[in-house]
Amino acid sequence: MTELLDIYLLEAVLNGLLLGGLFALLSLGLNLIFGVIDVVWICYAELMMCGMYAVYYLYVQFHWPLALAMLAAIGIVALLGFLLHQFVIRPVLAAEPINQLLVTGGVLFFLQAAATLAFGIDFRNLGLALPALRVGDMSFSAARLIAFGVALLGVLGLFLFLNRTYVGTAIRAISQDRAVMPLMGVSGPRIFAITSALGGALAGLGACLLVLQYDVHPAIGLSFGPIVFLICVLGGLGNLLGGFAAAFVFAQFISIGGYFFAIEWGYVIAFAFFIAAMFWRPRGLFSR
Amino acid sequence: MLSLERVSARYGAFQALFDVSLQVNAGESVAVIGPNGAGKTTLLRVISKLVEPHDGELRFESEDLNPVPAHEVLARGIAHVPENRRLFPRLTVEENLRMGGFPRFCRPRFAERLEVAYALFPRLKERRRQPAGTLSGGEQQMCAIARALMSDPKLLLLDEPSAGLSPVMVQAIFELVRRICAEGYTVLIVEQNIRQVLKVASRAYLLDAGRIKAKGPSQELLQSEEIRRTYLGL
Ligand SMILES: Nc1ncnc2c1ncn2[C@@H]1O[C@H](COP(=O)(O)OP(=O)(O)OP(=O)(O)O)[C@@H](O)[C@H]1O
Ligand SMILES: [Mg+2]
Repeated sequence: MTELLDIYLLEAVLNGLLLGGLFALLSLGLNLIFGVIDVVWICYAELMMCGMYAVYYLYVQFHWPLALAMLAAIGIVALLGFLLHQFVIRPVLAAEPINQLLVTGGVLFFLQAAATLAFGIDFRNLGLALPALRVGDMSFSAARLIAFGVALLGVLGLFLFLNRTYVGTAIRAISQDRAVMPLMGVSGPRIFAITSALGGALAGLGACLLVLQYDVHPAIGLSFGPIVFLICVLGGLGNLLGGFAAAFVFAQFISIGGYFFAIEWGYVIAFAFFIAAMFWRPRGLFSR
Repeated sequence: MLSLERVSARYGAFQALFDVSLQVNAGESVAVIGPNGAGKTTLLRVISKLVEPHDGELRFESEDLNPVPAHEVLARGIAHVPENRRLFPRLTVEENLRMGGFPRFCRPRFAERLEVAYALFPRLKERRRQPAGTLSGGEQQMCAIARALMSDPKLLLLDEPSAGLSPVMVQAIFELVRRICAEGYTVLIVEQNIRQVLKVASRAYLLDAGRIKAKGPSQELLQSEEIRRTYLGL
Protein backbone atom coordinates (compact mmCIF):
# COMPACT_ATOMS: atom_id res chain seq x y z
CA MET A 1 0.00 0.00 0.00
CA THR A 2 2.73 2.45 0.86
CA GLU A 3 4.29 2.14 -2.57
CA LEU A 4 1.01 3.31 -4.11
CA LEU A 5 1.12 6.55 -2.20
CA ASP A 6 4.17 7.62 -4.08
CA ILE A 7 4.98 11.02 -5.39
CA TYR A 8 3.53 10.33 -8.83
CA LEU A 9 0.16 9.47 -7.33
CA LEU A 10 0.33 12.72 -5.39
CA GLU A 11 1.13 14.48 -8.63
CA ALA A 12 -1.87 12.83 -10.29
CA VAL A 13 -4.15 13.88 -7.44
CA LEU A 14 -2.92 17.46 -7.57
CA ASN A 15 -3.26 17.58 -11.35
CA GLY A 16 -6.77 16.19 -10.92
CA LEU A 17 -7.48 19.05 -8.54
CA LEU A 18 -6.28 21.57 -11.13
CA LEU A 19 -8.38 19.89 -13.82
CA GLY A 20 -11.36 19.92 -11.43
CA GLY A 21 -11.12 23.67 -11.04
CA LEU A 22 -11.20 24.10 -14.81
CA PHE A 23 -14.16 21.72 -15.17
CA ALA A 24 -15.96 23.56 -12.37
CA LEU A 25 -15.74 26.79 -14.30
CA LEU A 26 -16.67 25.19 -17.64
CA SER A 27 -19.84 23.71 -16.17
CA LEU A 28 -20.89 26.89 -14.39
CA GLY A 29 -22.52 28.73 -17.30
CA LEU A 30 -24.45 25.72 -18.58
CA ASN A 31 -25.67 24.97 -15.07
CA LEU A 32 -26.70 28.57 -14.45
CA ILE A 33 -28.73 28.68 -17.66
CA PHE A 34 -30.48 25.44 -16.84
CA GLY A 35 -31.16 26.39 -13.23
CA VAL A 36 -32.63 29.76 -14.12
CA ILE A 37 -34.19 29.42 -17.59
CA ASP A 38 -34.83 25.67 -17.50
CA VAL A 39 -33.25 25.14 -20.91
CA VAL A 40 -30.14 23.11 -21.77
CA TRP A 41 -27.74 24.83 -24.12
CA ILE A 42 -26.55 21.74 -25.97
CA CYS A 43 -24.33 24.06 -28.02
CA TYR A 44 -22.55 25.40 -24.91
CA ALA A 45 -19.14 23.95 -25.82
CA GLU A 46 -19.48 25.39 -29.35
CA LEU A 47 -19.86 28.81 -27.77
CA MET A 48 -16.55 28.10 -26.04
CA MET A 49 -15.07 27.16 -29.41
CA CYS A 50 -16.14 30.57 -30.78
CA GLY A 51 -14.42 32.20 -27.84
CA MET A 52 -11.23 30.21 -28.46
CA TYR A 53 -11.18 31.31 -32.10
CA ALA A 54 -11.79 34.90 -31.01
CA VAL A 55 -8.73 34.81 -28.74
CA TYR A 56 -6.68 33.10 -31.44
CA TYR A 57 -7.52 35.59 -34.19
CA LEU A 58 -7.25 38.71 -32.07
CA TYR A 59 -3.96 37.62 -30.50
CA VAL A 60 -2.19 35.79 -33.32
CA GLN A 61 -3.55 37.50 -36.43
CA PHE A 62 -4.32 40.99 -35.18
CA HIS A 63 -1.53 41.13 -32.56
CA TRP A 64 -3.73 42.39 -29.74
CA PRO A 65 -2.27 42.03 -26.26
CA LEU A 66 -3.36 38.65 -24.90
CA ALA A 67 -5.32 40.06 -21.95
CA LEU A 68 -7.25 42.41 -24.22
CA ALA A 69 -7.95 39.63 -26.71
CA MET A 70 -9.32 37.51 -23.88
CA LEU A 71 -11.53 40.30 -22.53
CA ALA A 72 -12.88 40.88 -26.03
CA ALA A 73 -13.51 37.14 -26.44
CA ILE A 74 -15.51 37.09 -23.19
CA GLY A 75 -17.55 40.03 -24.47
CA ILE A 76 -18.12 38.35 -27.84
CA VAL A 77 -19.33 35.08 -26.31
CA ALA A 78 -21.54 37.03 -23.86
CA LEU A 79 -23.11 38.68 -26.90
CA LEU A 80 -23.52 35.25 -28.55
CA GLY A 81 -25.27 33.98 -25.40
CA PHE A 82 -27.60 36.96 -25.48
CA LEU A 83 -28.37 36.48 -29.18
CA LEU A 84 -28.88 32.75 -28.70
CA HIS A 85 -31.49 33.50 -26.07
CA GLN A 86 -33.29 36.26 -27.93
CA PHE A 87 -33.49 34.56 -31.31
CA VAL A 88 -33.42 30.82 -30.60
CA ILE A 89 -34.54 30.13 -27.01
CA ARG A 90 -37.18 32.81 -26.52
CA PRO A 91 -39.46 31.62 -29.32
CA VAL A 92 -39.47 28.07 -27.87
CA LEU A 93 -39.55 28.95 -24.14
CA ALA A 94 -43.07 27.61 -23.79
CA ALA A 95 -42.48 24.63 -26.11
CA GLU A 96 -41.76 21.02 -25.19
CA PRO A 97 -38.28 20.37 -23.70
CA ILE A 98 -37.45 18.12 -26.66
CA ASN A 99 -37.99 21.03 -29.07
CA GLN A 100 -35.70 23.20 -26.98
CA LEU A 101 -33.03 20.50 -27.12
CA LEU A 102 -33.43 20.22 -30.87
CA VAL A 103 -33.06 23.92 -31.58
CA THR A 104 -29.93 24.28 -29.45
CA GLY A 105 -28.65 21.06 -31.03
CA GLY A 106 -29.24 22.73 -34.39
CA VAL A 107 -27.14 25.67 -33.27
CA LEU A 108 -24.37 23.20 -32.33
CA PHE A 109 -24.14 21.84 -35.88
CA PHE A 110 -24.55 25.30 -37.36
CA LEU A 111 -21.62 26.70 -35.35
CA GLN A 112 -19.46 23.67 -36.14
CA ALA A 113 -20.15 23.93 -39.86
CA ALA A 114 -19.75 27.71 -39.87
CA ALA A 115 -16.39 27.39 -38.08
CA THR A 116 -15.21 24.80 -40.60
CA LEU A 117 -16.14 27.09 -43.48
CA ALA A 118 -14.68 30.20 -41.91
CA PHE A 119 -11.54 28.87 -40.26
CA GLY A 120 -10.84 25.52 -41.97
CA ILE A 121 -10.15 22.28 -40.17
CA ASP A 122 -6.59 23.11 -39.08
CA PHE A 123 -5.61 22.86 -35.44
CA ARG A 124 -4.51 26.27 -34.23
CA ASN A 125 -2.84 27.42 -31.06
CA LEU A 126 -1.52 30.58 -29.52
CA GLY A 127 2.08 29.41 -29.78
CA LEU A 128 2.74 30.28 -26.17
CA ALA A 129 5.43 28.31 -24.36
CA LEU A 130 4.30 28.48 -20.78
CA PRO A 131 6.80 26.96 -18.35
CA ALA A 132 6.11 24.04 -16.07
CA LEU A 133 6.41 24.48 -12.36
CA ARG A 134 8.59 21.86 -10.67
CA VAL A 135 8.10 20.96 -7.04
CA GLY A 136 10.57 18.25 -6.08
CA ASP A 137 9.95 15.48 -8.61
CA MET A 138 6.48 16.69 -9.46
CA SER A 139 5.67 18.99 -12.37
CA PHE A 140 2.63 21.16 -13.01
CA SER A 141 2.01 23.16 -16.17
CA ALA A 142 1.67 26.89 -15.62
CA ALA A 143 -1.35 26.96 -17.94
CA ARG A 144 -3.14 24.56 -15.61
CA LEU A 145 -2.19 26.53 -12.54
CA ILE A 146 -3.42 29.76 -14.11
CA ALA A 147 -6.62 28.07 -15.29
CA PHE A 148 -7.22 26.71 -11.80
CA GLY A 149 -6.72 30.10 -10.12
CA VAL A 150 -8.87 32.00 -12.59
CA ALA A 151 -11.55 29.31 -12.49
CA LEU A 152 -11.81 29.59 -8.71
CA LEU A 153 -11.98 33.38 -8.96
CA GLY A 154 -14.72 33.03 -11.59
CA VAL A 155 -16.74 30.70 -9.37
CA LEU A 156 -16.31 33.02 -6.41
CA GLY A 157 -17.22 36.06 -8.49
CA LEU A 158 -20.42 34.46 -9.73
CA PHE A 159 -21.32 33.38 -6.21
CA LEU A 160 -20.86 36.92 -4.88
CA PHE A 161 -22.80 38.39 -7.79
CA LEU A 162 -25.75 36.04 -7.22
CA ASN A 163 -25.79 36.66 -3.48
CA ARG A 164 -24.87 40.31 -3.08
CA THR A 165 -26.53 42.22 -5.92
CA TYR A 166 -30.15 43.03 -6.73
CA VAL A 167 -29.94 41.54 -10.21
CA GLY A 168 -28.20 38.43 -8.84
CA THR A 169 -30.93 37.96 -6.25
CA ALA A 170 -33.54 38.40 -8.98
CA ILE A 171 -31.79 35.71 -11.03
CA ARG A 172 -32.11 33.28 -8.13
CA ALA A 173 -35.68 34.41 -7.44
CA ILE A 174 -36.89 33.97 -11.01
CA SER A 175 -35.79 30.32 -10.94
CA GLN A 176 -38.16 29.79 -8.00
CA ASP A 177 -41.24 31.67 -9.21
CA ARG A 178 -41.30 33.14 -12.70
CA ALA A 179 -44.88 34.37 -12.71
CA VAL A 180 -44.71 36.55 -9.61
CA MET A 181 -41.67 38.57 -10.78
CA PRO A 182 -43.65 41.50 -12.28
CA LEU A 183 -45.05 42.19 -8.81
CA MET A 184 -41.46 42.85 -7.70
CA GLY A 185 -41.09 45.36 -10.51
CA VAL A 186 -38.88 42.91 -12.39
CA SER A 187 -39.15 42.28 -16.11
CA GLY A 188 -38.72 38.52 -16.51
CA PRO A 189 -37.50 38.66 -20.12
CA ARG A 190 -34.85 41.20 -19.11
CA ILE A 191 -33.54 38.95 -16.31
CA PHE A 192 -33.43 36.00 -18.74
CA ALA A 193 -31.48 38.11 -21.23
CA ILE A 194 -29.00 39.17 -18.56
CA THR A 195 -28.64 35.58 -17.36
CA SER A 196 -27.98 34.42 -20.91
CA ALA A 197 -25.30 37.06 -21.43
CA LEU A 198 -23.78 36.00 -18.11
CA GLY A 199 -23.84 32.33 -19.15
CA GLY A 200 -22.16 33.35 -22.40
CA ALA A 201 -19.52 35.37 -20.54
CA LEU A 202 -18.74 32.31 -18.39
CA ALA A 203 -18.39 30.21 -21.56
CA GLY A 204 -16.07 32.93 -22.87
CA LEU A 205 -13.96 32.82 -19.73
CA GLY A 206 -13.82 29.04 -20.06
CA ALA A 207 -12.67 29.49 -23.65
CA CYS A 208 -9.78 31.72 -22.55
CA LEU A 209 -8.61 29.07 -20.08
CA LEU A 210 -8.96 26.25 -22.62
CA VAL A 211 -7.07 28.04 -25.36
CA LEU A 212 -4.07 28.34 -23.03
CA GLN A 213 -3.82 24.56 -22.93
CA TYR A 214 -5.46 23.13 -26.04
CA ASP A 215 -5.46 23.66 -29.79
CA VAL A 216 -8.65 25.04 -31.27
CA HIS A 217 -10.40 23.37 -34.21
CA PRO A 218 -14.04 23.23 -35.33
CA ALA A 219 -14.77 19.96 -33.48
CA ILE A 220 -13.15 20.94 -30.17
CA GLY A 221 -16.64 21.32 -28.68
CA LEU A 222 -17.13 17.57 -28.95
CA SER A 223 -14.14 16.98 -26.62
CA PHE A 224 -15.55 19.17 -23.86
CA GLY A 225 -19.31 19.37 -24.42
CA PRO A 226 -20.11 15.86 -23.17
CA ILE A 227 -17.86 16.20 -20.11
CA VAL A 228 -19.35 19.55 -19.14
CA PHE A 229 -22.85 18.21 -19.57
CA LEU A 230 -22.13 15.04 -17.57
CA ILE A 231 -20.65 17.08 -14.74
CA CYS A 232 -23.79 19.21 -14.55
CA VAL A 233 -25.98 16.11 -14.50
CA LEU A 234 -23.74 14.44 -11.92
CA GLY A 235 -24.08 17.44 -9.62
CA GLY A 236 -27.81 17.72 -10.26
CA LEU A 237 -28.67 19.90 -13.29
CA GLY A 238 -29.11 23.49 -12.18
CA ASN A 239 -27.49 22.94 -8.79
CA LEU A 240 -24.43 25.22 -8.89
CA LEU A 241 -22.77 23.90 -5.74
CA GLY A 242 -23.45 20.29 -6.77
CA GLY A 243 -21.89 20.92 -10.17
CA PHE A 244 -18.88 22.51 -8.51
CA ALA A 245 -18.28 19.45 -6.33
CA ALA A 246 -19.02 17.02 -9.17
CA ALA A 247 -16.35 18.69 -11.32
CA PHE A 248 -13.69 17.73 -8.76
CA VAL A 249 -15.00 14.18 -8.35
CA PHE A 250 -15.06 13.67 -12.11
CA ALA A 251 -11.58 15.14 -12.60
CA GLN A 252 -10.12 12.86 -9.92
CA PHE A 253 -11.52 9.80 -11.69
CA ILE A 254 -9.85 10.90 -14.92
CA SER A 255 -6.58 11.82 -13.27
CA ILE A 256 -6.16 8.88 -10.87
CA GLY A 257 -7.57 6.44 -13.43
CA GLY A 258 -5.04 7.81 -15.89
CA TYR A 259 -2.26 7.31 -13.36
CA PHE A 260 -3.01 3.63 -12.77
CA PHE A 261 -3.72 2.78 -16.40
CA ALA A 262 -3.50 5.18 -19.34
CA ILE A 263 -5.11 8.59 -19.71
CA GLU A 264 -7.79 7.17 -22.08
CA TRP A 265 -8.66 4.70 -19.37
CA GLY A 266 -9.08 7.60 -16.99
CA TYR A 267 -11.94 8.84 -19.17
CA VAL A 268 -13.42 5.35 -19.45
CA ILE A 269 -13.43 4.97 -15.67
CA ALA A 270 -14.90 8.44 -15.17
CA PHE A 271 -17.74 7.74 -17.61
CA ALA A 272 -18.36 4.33 -16.06
CA PHE A 273 -18.58 6.01 -12.69
CA PHE A 274 -21.04 8.49 -14.16
CA ILE A 275 -23.30 5.71 -15.43
CA ALA A 276 -23.16 3.91 -12.10
CA ALA A 277 -23.92 7.15 -10.27
CA MET A 278 -26.96 7.72 -12.44
CA PHE A 279 -28.38 4.35 -11.35
CA TRP A 280 -27.56 5.06 -7.75
CA ARG A 281 -28.62 8.72 -7.60
CA PRO A 282 -30.53 9.57 -10.78
CA ARG A 283 -31.12 13.18 -9.73
CA GLY A 284 -27.43 13.86 -9.18
CA LEU A 285 -24.88 13.01 -6.51
CA PHE A 286 -25.74 16.08 -4.48
CA SER A 287 -29.51 16.24 -4.95
CA ARG A 288 -31.48 17.14 -1.88
CA MET B 1 -56.59 57.59 -6.32
CA LEU B 2 -57.54 54.36 -8.09
CA SER B 3 -60.54 54.11 -10.36
CA LEU B 4 -61.88 51.34 -12.53
CA GLU B 5 -64.59 52.19 -15.07
CA ARG B 6 -66.64 49.31 -16.50
CA VAL B 7 -63.68 46.94 -16.58
CA SER B 8 -64.09 43.44 -17.94
CA ALA B 9 -61.55 40.65 -18.11
CA ARG B 10 -61.44 37.21 -19.61
CA TYR B 11 -59.36 34.05 -19.65
CA GLY B 12 -59.65 32.86 -23.22
CA ALA B 13 -63.34 32.48 -23.89
CA PHE B 14 -64.28 32.59 -20.20
CA GLN B 15 -65.29 36.01 -18.94
CA ALA B 16 -64.30 36.51 -15.29
CA LEU B 17 -65.22 40.20 -14.78
CA PHE B 18 -68.21 42.11 -16.21
CA ASP B 19 -68.29 45.94 -16.22
CA VAL B 20 -66.65 46.35 -12.83
CA SER B 21 -66.47 49.94 -11.60
CA LEU B 22 -64.65 50.71 -8.39
CA GLN B 23 -62.94 53.64 -6.64
CA VAL B 24 -60.36 53.84 -3.91
CA ASN B 25 -59.51 57.22 -2.40
CA ALA B 26 -56.21 58.12 -0.77
CA GLY B 27 -56.01 57.03 2.86
CA GLU B 28 -59.01 54.68 2.60
CA SER B 29 -59.19 51.00 3.31
CA VAL B 30 -61.60 49.28 0.97
CA ALA B 31 -62.65 45.63 0.94
CA VAL B 32 -63.80 43.40 -1.88
CA ILE B 33 -65.83 40.45 -0.62
CA GLY B 34 -67.52 37.61 -2.42
CA PRO B 35 -67.76 33.83 -2.68
CA ASN B 36 -65.20 31.44 -4.25
CA GLY B 37 -64.66 32.02 -7.92
CA ALA B 38 -66.31 35.46 -7.84
CA GLY B 39 -63.36 37.06 -9.61
CA LYS B 40 -61.75 38.82 -6.62
CA THR B 41 -58.23 37.64 -7.43
CA THR B 42 -58.78 38.45 -11.08
CA LEU B 43 -59.76 41.99 -10.12
CA LEU B 44 -56.49 42.54 -8.25
CA ARG B 45 -54.52 40.93 -11.08
CA VAL B 46 -56.13 43.35 -13.52
CA ILE B 47 -55.08 46.31 -11.35
CA SER B 48 -51.48 44.96 -11.32
CA LYS B 49 -51.73 44.34 -15.07
CA LEU B 50 -50.93 40.65 -14.62
CA VAL B 51 -54.19 40.16 -16.52
CA GLU B 52 -54.88 42.54 -19.41
CA PRO B 53 -58.30 44.14 -19.03
CA HIS B 54 -60.38 43.22 -22.03
CA ASP B 55 -62.40 46.38 -21.88
CA GLY B 56 -62.84 49.44 -19.68
CA GLU B 57 -60.69 52.12 -18.13
CA LEU B 58 -58.08 51.81 -15.42
CA ARG B 59 -56.68 54.97 -13.81
CA PHE B 60 -54.24 55.54 -10.96
CA GLU B 61 -53.60 59.10 -9.78
CA SER B 62 -55.09 60.35 -13.05
CA GLU B 63 -52.64 58.28 -15.12
CA ASP B 64 -54.06 55.76 -17.56
CA LEU B 65 -52.82 52.33 -16.42
CA ASN B 66 -53.94 50.51 -19.57
CA PRO B 67 -50.66 50.90 -21.48
CA VAL B 68 -48.43 50.30 -18.42
CA PRO B 69 -46.71 46.86 -18.44
CA ALA B 70 -47.02 44.71 -15.30
CA HIS B 71 -43.42 45.16 -14.18
CA GLU B 72 -43.79 48.95 -14.15
CA VAL B 73 -46.88 49.05 -11.97
CA LEU B 74 -44.85 48.79 -8.75
CA ALA B 75 -42.90 51.92 -9.66
CA ARG B 76 -46.23 53.77 -10.05
CA GLY B 77 -46.89 53.05 -6.34
CA ILE B 78 -49.09 49.94 -6.39
CA ALA B 79 -47.80 46.91 -4.46
CA HIS B 80 -49.61 43.57 -4.58
CA VAL B 81 -49.53 40.79 -1.98
CA PRO B 82 -50.68 37.87 -4.15
CA GLU B 83 -52.95 34.99 -3.27
CA ASN B 84 -50.99 32.19 -1.52
CA ARG B 85 -48.20 34.66 -0.60
CA ARG B 86 -45.84 33.49 -3.36
CA LEU B 87 -42.61 33.97 -1.42
CA PHE B 88 -39.33 32.75 -2.92
CA PRO B 89 -38.92 29.68 -0.69
CA ARG B 90 -35.16 29.24 -1.04
CA LEU B 91 -34.31 32.90 -0.60
CA THR B 92 -33.89 34.11 2.96
CA VAL B 93 -36.47 36.37 4.55
CA GLU B 94 -34.21 39.37 4.01
CA GLU B 95 -33.57 38.46 0.36
CA ASN B 96 -37.33 38.24 -0.17
CA LEU B 97 -37.63 41.72 1.28
CA ARG B 98 -34.85 42.91 -0.99
CA MET B 99 -36.84 41.66 -3.99
CA GLY B 100 -39.78 43.80 -2.78
CA GLY B 101 -37.50 46.82 -3.07
CA PHE B 102 -36.04 45.86 -6.44
CA PRO B 103 -36.97 48.96 -8.52
CA ARG B 104 -34.08 51.39 -8.77
CA PHE B 105 -35.81 54.20 -6.91
CA CYS B 106 -36.25 51.93 -3.84
CA ARG B 107 -32.63 50.88 -3.51
CA PRO B 108 -31.15 53.93 -1.72
CA ARG B 109 -33.85 53.59 0.95
CA PHE B 110 -33.51 49.84 1.47
CA ALA B 111 -32.02 50.02 5.01
CA GLU B 112 -34.63 52.51 6.13
CA ARG B 113 -37.54 50.46 4.74
CA LEU B 114 -36.09 47.32 6.28
CA GLU B 115 -36.30 48.95 9.69
CA VAL B 116 -39.91 49.94 9.07
CA ALA B 117 -40.71 46.33 8.10
CA TYR B 118 -38.92 44.84 11.10
CA ALA B 119 -40.63 47.31 13.45
CA LEU B 120 -43.99 46.15 12.11
CA PHE B 121 -43.02 42.46 12.09
CA PRO B 122 -40.40 41.77 14.82
CA ARG B 123 -40.73 38.03 14.14
CA LEU B 124 -39.25 38.52 10.69
CA LYS B 125 -36.19 40.21 12.12
CA GLU B 126 -35.48 37.13 14.27
CA ARG B 127 -35.78 34.94 11.18
CA ARG B 128 -34.13 37.21 8.63
CA ARG B 129 -31.40 34.73 7.63
CA GLN B 130 -33.79 31.78 7.38
CA PRO B 131 -35.11 30.53 4.01
CA ALA B 132 -38.65 31.84 3.62
CA GLY B 133 -39.87 28.31 2.87
CA THR B 134 -39.13 27.29 6.47
CA LEU B 135 -41.43 29.92 8.01
CA SER B 136 -44.84 29.07 9.46
CA GLY B 137 -47.91 30.05 7.45
CA GLY B 138 -48.53 33.18 9.51
CA GLU B 139 -44.91 34.24 9.32
CA GLN B 140 -44.96 33.71 5.57
CA GLN B 141 -47.97 35.99 5.27
CA MET B 142 -46.16 38.62 7.33
CA CYS B 143 -43.13 38.26 5.09
CA ALA B 144 -45.28 38.66 1.98
CA ILE B 145 -46.87 41.84 3.36
CA ALA B 146 -43.50 43.19 4.48
CA ARG B 147 -42.08 42.48 1.02
CA ALA B 148 -44.85 44.55 -0.57
CA LEU B 149 -44.24 47.41 1.86
CA MET B 150 -40.54 47.65 0.95
CA SER B 151 -41.27 49.99 -1.96
CA ASP B 152 -43.31 52.30 0.32
CA PRO B 153 -46.35 51.94 -1.96
CA LYS B 154 -49.16 54.45 -2.24
CA LEU B 155 -51.68 51.64 -2.63
CA LEU B 156 -51.42 48.16 -1.12
CA LEU B 157 -53.40 45.29 -2.67
CA LEU B 158 -53.97 42.35 -0.31
CA ASP B 159 -55.38 39.05 -1.61
CA GLU B 160 -56.86 36.95 1.21
CA PRO B 161 -54.14 37.50 3.81
CA SER B 162 -55.98 35.32 6.34
CA ALA B 163 -56.45 32.28 4.08
CA GLY B 164 -55.20 28.98 5.47
CA LEU B 165 -54.15 30.34 8.87
CA SER B 166 -55.07 29.17 12.37
CA PRO B 167 -57.77 31.21 14.19
CA VAL B 168 -55.15 32.84 16.43
CA MET B 169 -53.03 33.77 13.43
CA VAL B 170 -56.09 35.12 11.57
CA GLN B 171 -56.66 37.50 14.47
CA ALA B 172 -53.02 38.55 14.44
CA ILE B 173 -53.05 39.21 10.69
CA PHE B 174 -56.21 41.31 10.88
CA GLU B 175 -54.67 43.24 13.74
CA LEU B 176 -51.64 43.93 11.53
CA VAL B 177 -53.83 44.99 8.62
CA ARG B 178 -55.62 47.35 10.98
CA ARG B 179 -52.27 48.85 12.01
CA ILE B 180 -51.14 49.20 8.40
CA CYS B 181 -54.35 51.07 7.59
CA ALA B 182 -53.92 53.23 10.69
CA GLU B 183 -50.41 54.16 9.57
CA GLY B 184 -51.94 55.86 6.57
CA TYR B 185 -51.42 53.29 3.80
CA THR B 186 -54.22 53.07 1.29
CA VAL B 187 -55.40 49.47 1.18
CA LEU B 188 -57.58 47.43 -1.14
CA ILE B 189 -58.18 44.06 0.51
CA VAL B 190 -59.87 40.93 -0.81
CA GLU B 191 -61.24 38.55 1.82
CA GLN B 192 -63.57 35.64 2.34
CA ASN B 193 -63.59 36.30 6.05
CA ILE B 194 -66.35 38.87 5.59
CA ARG B 195 -67.16 39.71 9.17
CA GLN B 196 -63.54 40.38 10.08
CA VAL B 197 -62.65 42.39 7.01
CA LEU B 198 -65.68 44.61 7.32
CA LYS B 199 -64.45 45.61 10.76
CA VAL B 200 -61.14 46.74 9.24
CA ALA B 201 -62.33 48.36 6.01
CA SER B 202 -64.42 51.50 5.90
CA ARG B 203 -66.12 50.65 2.59
CA ALA B 204 -66.70 47.44 0.69
CA TYR B 205 -67.75 46.05 -2.66
CA LEU B 206 -69.56 42.76 -3.01
CA LEU B 207 -68.43 40.82 -6.08
CA ASP B 208 -70.35 37.77 -7.26
CA ALA B 209 -69.93 35.87 -10.53
CA GLY B 210 -67.79 38.68 -11.95
CA ARG B 211 -70.26 41.50 -11.22
CA ILE B 212 -70.44 44.12 -8.46
CA LYS B 213 -73.65 43.22 -6.63
CA ALA B 214 -73.52 45.77 -3.82
CA LYS B 215 -71.30 48.51 -2.43
CA GLY B 216 -71.31 50.89 0.48
CA PRO B 217 -69.94 51.62 3.94
CA SER B 218 -69.00 48.41 5.76
CA GLN B 219 -71.55 48.93 8.50
CA GLU B 220 -74.39 49.20 5.99
CA LEU B 221 -73.32 46.06 4.17
CA LEU B 222 -73.06 44.18 7.45
CA GLN B 223 -76.63 45.12 8.29
CA SER B 224 -78.12 44.48 4.87
CA GLU B 225 -80.65 41.70 5.13
CA GLU B 226 -79.71 40.13 1.78
CA ILE B 227 -75.99 40.00 2.49
CA ARG B 228 -76.56 38.52 5.94
CA ARG B 229 -78.72 35.80 4.47
CA THR B 230 -76.84 34.97 1.27
CA TYR B 231 -73.23 35.49 2.21
CA LEU B 232 -73.04 35.28 5.98
CA GLY B 233 -75.56 32.49 6.42
CA LEU B 234 -77.48 34.25 9.19
N1 LIG C 1 -55.77 31.34 -15.34
C1 LIG C 1 -57.10 31.10 -15.47
N2 LIG C 1 -57.57 30.53 -16.58
C2 LIG C 1 -58.89 30.28 -16.75
N3 LIG C 1 -59.83 30.60 -15.83
C3 LIG C 1 -59.43 31.18 -14.69
C4 LIG C 1 -58.04 31.45 -14.45
N4 LIG C 1 -57.94 32.04 -13.24
C5 LIG C 1 -59.19 32.10 -12.75
N5 LIG C 1 -60.09 31.59 -13.60
C6 LIG C 1 -61.54 31.54 -13.41
O1 LIG C 1 -62.02 32.86 -13.20
C7 LIG C 1 -62.99 32.88 -12.18
C8 LIG C 1 -62.58 33.88 -11.12
O2 LIG C 1 -61.40 33.40 -10.48
P1 LIG C 1 -60.72 34.20 -9.30
O3 LIG C 1 -59.50 33.47 -8.95
O4 LIG C 1 -60.58 35.62 -9.69
O5 LIG C 1 -61.82 34.07 -8.15
P2 LIG C 1 -61.70 34.45 -6.62
O6 LIG C 1 -62.86 35.29 -6.31
O7 LIG C 1 -60.37 35.00 -6.31
O8 LIG C 1 -61.88 33.03 -5.93
P3 LIG C 1 -61.27 32.50 -4.55
O9 LIG C 1 -62.07 33.09 -3.47
O10 LIG C 1 -61.45 31.01 -4.63
O11 LIG C 1 -59.82 32.89 -4.50
C9 LIG C 1 -63.13 31.45 -11.66
O12 LIG C 1 -64.25 30.87 -12.23
C10 LIG C 1 -61.88 30.77 -12.16
O13 LIG C 1 -62.14 29.42 -12.45
MG1 LIG D 1 -58.82 34.43 -5.10
